[in-house]
Amino acid sequence: MEGAAALRTQGLTRRFEGLVAVNQVTLECRVGQLHAVIGPNGAGKTTLINLLSGDLAPSSGRVFLCEREVGGLPAHRISQLGVGRSYQRSNVFMDFTVLENCRLSAQSRLPSSFRFVRPASTYRDIRQAAERAIAAVGLESRANVCASALSHGERRQLEVAMTLATAPRVLLLDEPLAGMGAEEAERMVALLRRLSPGHAMLLVEHDMDAVFALAKTLTVMVDGSVLASGTPAAIRANPQVQEAYLGSAADD
Amino acid sequence: MGKPEMRWVAAAVFVALAALPLFAGGFYLQFATRILIAALFAASLDLLVGHAGLVSLGHALFFGLGAYTLMLFSPPAAAASLPLSLAAAAGVAALAAFLVGALVLRTSGIYFIMVTLAFAQMTYYAVHDSKHLGGSDGKYIYVRPVLEIAGVKPFDLEQPLHFFYFCLVLLALAFVSIRVLLASPFGRVIAGIKSNEHRMRAVGFPTYRYKLACFVIAGAIAGVAGWLAAALDGVVNPEMLSWHQSGQLLMMVILGGSGSVAGPLLGAAAFKCLELVLQGWTRHWQLALGALIILAVLALPRGLSQLLPKIGAPWKARLLFARKA
Repeated sequence: MEGAAALRTQGLTRRFEGLVAVNQVTLECRVGQLHAVIGPNGAGKTTLINLLSGDLAPSSGRVFLCEREVGGLPAHRISQLGVGRSYQRSNVFMDFTVLENCRLSAQSRLPSSFRFVRPASTYRDIRQAAERAIAAVGLESRANVCASALSHGERRQLEVAMTLATAPRVLLLDEPLAGMGAEEAERMVALLRRLSPGHAMLLVEHDMDAVFALAKTLTVMVDGSVLASGTPAAIRANPQVQEAYLGSAADD
Repeated sequence: MGKPEMRWVAAAVFVALAALPLFAGGFYLQFATRILIAALFAASLDLLVGHAGLVSLGHALFFGLGAYTLMLFSPPAAAASLPLSLAAAAGVAALAAFLVGALVLRTSGIYFIMVTLAFAQMTYYAVHDSKHLGGSDGKYIYVRPVLEIAGVKPFDLEQPLHFFYFCLVLLALAFVSIRVLLASPFGRVIAGIKSNEHRMRAVGFPTYRYKLACFVIAGAIAGVAGWLAAALDGVVNPEMLSWHQSGQLLMMVILGGSGSVAGPLLGAAAFKCLELVLQGWTRHWQLALGALIILAVLALPRGLSQLLPKIGAPWKARLLFARKA
């Protein structure tokens, strides 16, 4: 019943002057099968996302998007091919309102923004896409607030809303729950669960409750390499993982 | 185009400017004409500095090219065609901006400032050492360009009053066009690039080509300003391309308030008036001018347009309320 992987990597590797941040990572992401990547700090999870989103070019290895090779394409091309990415540290337009942030993100789906006359605010489809994204994360009441005036958690929600506003098929989410209050986190988990059936999702997250609640597949990374990959139950039972990661995480 | 009130304020300013010749003639009319040209030039740089976040220190390059284009279009002791030479000035400046922009926009921050400066200075020396272009003395333009439609001349730039209104109309056109541009999808992309270029790429915008288009538009407007300056003074010289010119322009933009509606006009007017007054007072007027500008920037970090809160604010407010419309 599962189709081809929406996103697939093969031996993906990135080196930084002697340090191998991501080492021979092979994984895949299917629609409806949320794939979570966990691992201690410095395991290379964010670098992995940067390689998939085009923020960084791989040193070697390949990335396929629906069987089309996309490794090394610039970020804007990968975004246009349907990959949306949210950042671990909020990376929004600070001097724009929530609505403007999402509207500009949605505007990227116009065939071109070389349109000079008609006011951007009169494009109805774009506004509706922006409003849908804002509603999805529950920021409606804050739509006209400047991003710089949002709380940390709200900015995390905006981060995800901007990603959704580009109507992606593949979602790369880098710690969307980081720094959120319990209530906000709960709402975000519910949102991710709602999005999962229609999207191929790769989730990097430290919140283990959320990871085990959402993930269909789990990959554990340590020092840039994949330590183990499998169903949540298999990962939980894996003694190597318990020793290398889950054990030490319990100390935090 | 802004909140209705703001549209009225802008219209009122232009009406007041249009009434200026009733009170000022001769020297002061020409002085006012110079302010309009400087405001047009400043508006073109502000498109880069204030709206796209691209601080260029070589913008005089395009101004100078517009001026020299008019000189090359002017036959000795006869008038150049106004539409032809004006379009050529804008076109040459736009082409140069495309070529320079294609290279300099690969850099950013301090490197962008340095490389724009380097290109302008290279051109400055090329013109300075070129006999054909008049070398360091430049060349005269003895007759101002003429517009003739079926044997009829609707206006005559040789008359200071006509020249003033010609500049005013071009400035008003540029002003309105820039406001329309900034509200368009293109303008939002430019604003997004200024705010966070990395995120713009991440949501799928190929930012380089938008910056290049903005650079070309700004270059073309600067070329028109250069054309006007050359037509007004009847002379071109390499100083029009020099880094002094670029630096003064940047001061006008900062003094007026970069990225604001009224900034370029306020900055140009304040700068020119200060220059005029201080030159009458002391030989060391540049020292005094520098000190005053430092004080102004310290007191008003967002420029003189900060003094007009009700004029600057509705633009933002309008973006917020647009969806209610």
